[in-house]
Amino acid sequence: MIKGTAMTKPTTHAPLLIASLALGMSLAPAGASADELRIGMLAPLTGPFAQVGKDMTNGFEMYLEEAKGGFGGATIKYILEDEQAKPQVSVLKAEKVIRQDKVHMFVGGVLASSGYAIAPVSTREKTVYLPSIPAADDLTQRESAKYPYLVRTGWTSSQPTHPFGKWACEQGYKRVAVIAADYAFGYETVGGFQKSFEDCGGKIIQKIWPPLGTIDFGPFIPTIKQDADAIFTLMVGPMSLQFPKQLAAAGISKPVIGGGTSYDEFALPSMGDEVIGHVSALQYSAALDTPRNVAFVKKYREKYGKVPSYFSESNYTTAQMIDEAMKQAGGKWPGTEQFVALISKVKVDAPRGPVYLDEFRNPVHNIYIKKVEKKKMFGYDKDELWNTVIKTYPAVGQFWTYGKEEFLKQPVYSREFPPCKYCE
Amino acid sequence: MTTRYKIGIVIAVLVALALVAPYTNSFVILLITRALVLAILAMSLDILLGFAGLPSLGQAAYLGVGAYLAAILATKYQFGLGLGFWLVVVLGALLGAATAAFFGLFAIRASGVYFLMITLALGQCVWGLAYRWNSLTGGDNGLNLPGRPEFGIRLADDITWFWVVFGFFVASLGILYVLVKSPFGRSLEGIREREVRMRILGYNTWLHKYVAFIIAGGFGGLAGVLWATTNGHVSPEDVVLTTSVDALLMVVLGGSGTLVGGAIGAGVVLFLREYLSTLVPWWQYALGGVYVLAILYLPGGLMSIPALLKQRRAAPAPAAAQTLAAAPP
Repeated sequence: MIKGTAMTKPTTHAPLLIASLALGMSLAPAGASADELRIGMLAPLTGPFAQVGKDMTNGFEMYLEEAKGGFGGATIKYILEDEQAKPQVSVLKAEKVIRQDKVHMFVGGVLASSGYAIAPVSTREKTVYLPSIPAADDLTQRESAKYPYLVRTGWTSSQPTHPFGKWACEQGYKRVAVIAADYAFGYETVGGFQKSFEDCGGKIIQKIWPPLGTIDFGPFIPTIKQDADAIFTLMVGPMSLQFPKQLAAAGISKPVIGGGTSYDEFALPSMGDEVIGHVSALQYSAALDTPRNVAFVKKYREKYGKVPSYFSESNYTTAQMIDEAMKQAGGKWPGTEQFVALISKVKVDAPRGPVYLDEFRNPVHNIYIKKVEKKKMFGYDKDELWNTVIKTYPAVGQFWTYGKEEFLKQPVYSREFPPCKYCE
Repeated sequence: MTTRYKIGIVIAVLVALALVAPYTNSFVILLITRALVLAILAMSLDILLGFAGLPSLGQAAYLGVGAYLAAILATKYQFGLGLGFWLVVVLGALLGAATAAFFGLFAIRASGVYFLMITLALGQCVWGLAYRWNSLTGGDNGLNLPGRPEFGIRLADDITWFWVVFGFFVASLGILYVLVKSPFGRSLEGIREREVRMRILGYNTWLHKYVAFIIAGGFGGLAGVLWATTNGHVSPEDVVLTTSVDALLMVVLGGSGTLVGGAIGAGVVLFLREYLSTLVPWWQYALGGVYVLAILYLPGGLMSIPALLKQRRAAPAPAAAQTLAAAPP
């Protein structure tokens, strides 16, 4: 048991030490030279999301190396900070790169909650923020007016699942059971799927919400309705490895479809053969057979020893978009407002395909329906799991086919919305 | 060393901090402000851990209650954005105290490891509410405050805000110091050392601990309001178990039962975690190393360093014996 030692009342000189440390810290770094572009990168380098952080920084840094001399001739100063996948740490690190390093823009964050937490910092400090991963819908939808310096280069959670719902409906699935991680990203991904699936005549008959970080799905799997035509899953991190394993062990052989992060290349190489045939939707697949992507995958794999995930691609593309905007600015920092205006008009040919931004500064890009297959690709000599693209929905925006006015009238997707009309 | 001399040192340090802080760079001042808020939380926990001998693992609950109160009032009712802020501070402290008064009914029955477990569970209840009560708390996404209050004085200015937090810190330190020096504080220490004896002497030990628990909750709530206003954002991550553990480690590292120790611990932990991590990738080893060294060689925390040095200088042989005697059983 912990007990104090108050009987020996010591005095202290330690506060003096802290005060003198603070004095030492007060030496601010030197100001900026004209053609230096300072970019802050916030990625988790420690904790459970450290590997995701590695993928993010690998992607971004690979582009920086490729494009040496690019960016319209501006020299890049790249400042990497550990945001620990915690909202309050992200806020502090964003403040750090803005105030201490005087960055022109900052990139990254992982969780949707971090995205929500640092977006106001960009407004407050009048600094460009490029959320390359945080996918929270409202950052570029209902709340986008609050964040004039936010330019999303990644995606919104419901963007891939809107076309995916239609696809599932066209496959003849009528009744789908949902099992998804219990947090905002899960609600939004499922919400997008449910809306377009039910608009097309399908029925979501069940929603199961295991907590984020669930390791044992034993209590959840037996409750999945036996008469469902397919199971829709949305898993993140270690959950995505465990769920298919336990599903197969339980002898359930229904078709499994899911959100992109359930089968992303980040986790795919560690998965077993039980995921073969599972179908998911995302804006990127490493198995995308375009010359741009093949070159990207080969180079990335040679450099870092693994296949790029969407986390890598998204940050690589972010750097590419910054490059394009800076080229148009002639290598001189054009000022925050002007930079936002420039990057909003950029069109790039990214590994994921063509990307441009809509009026809310969210990407419009292809959505790929991907099926996990075991095969050889791109000349690698081993049989591996790949996300083979089986259908492409070109140039999908965040409002899908609904039109922004109609879409923005409905509330943001949540645990309660869309309501589960057909749940039994 | 006389008490007056010690108080003199603390005041000198506070004055030094107040003189230096406004001239640090604009990121460091944020760190100092955050450290001061966490210092209030750590000191509130020290009342329980260091003086009443109650190791609580649920102190983040009160921080959370205060922080969410400020955030909800500001976002849903646009309250506390002007002079109302001072009322929110009071309400936050009261709500923290009220929550503690409720939780205390369950927790104070237990002691030792059982107390640890009950406070942990109660703390997690608050986390669960923050995480799942979507309509009120914004769930996992948390709540963004519209900006710091303004009433002629702009608290959005970081130096002004530092002064406000500094003021609250000094006031908390002062109030808690008077409290632990009062007969009430003395009887808490008595309870920590030997509760049975205190009971036999006629003290209502349950009530003493209960009141201490409520006071700690009140200061926790105060820290919460300041925390939310400092960061401009509240999320369940602020209420999560690690925040409680952090608070506990801050107190142990600084020296429990010393009040100032908690504040020093908060400063050291925050500096290592948030500032060192901007410089080197191995900051976690540094933090871990400091914890291990402190527990192995400084069971009395950083605050016990001067006394240890003095003993060593005075007489090496008896010093060892005294250190043993001073170490916790």
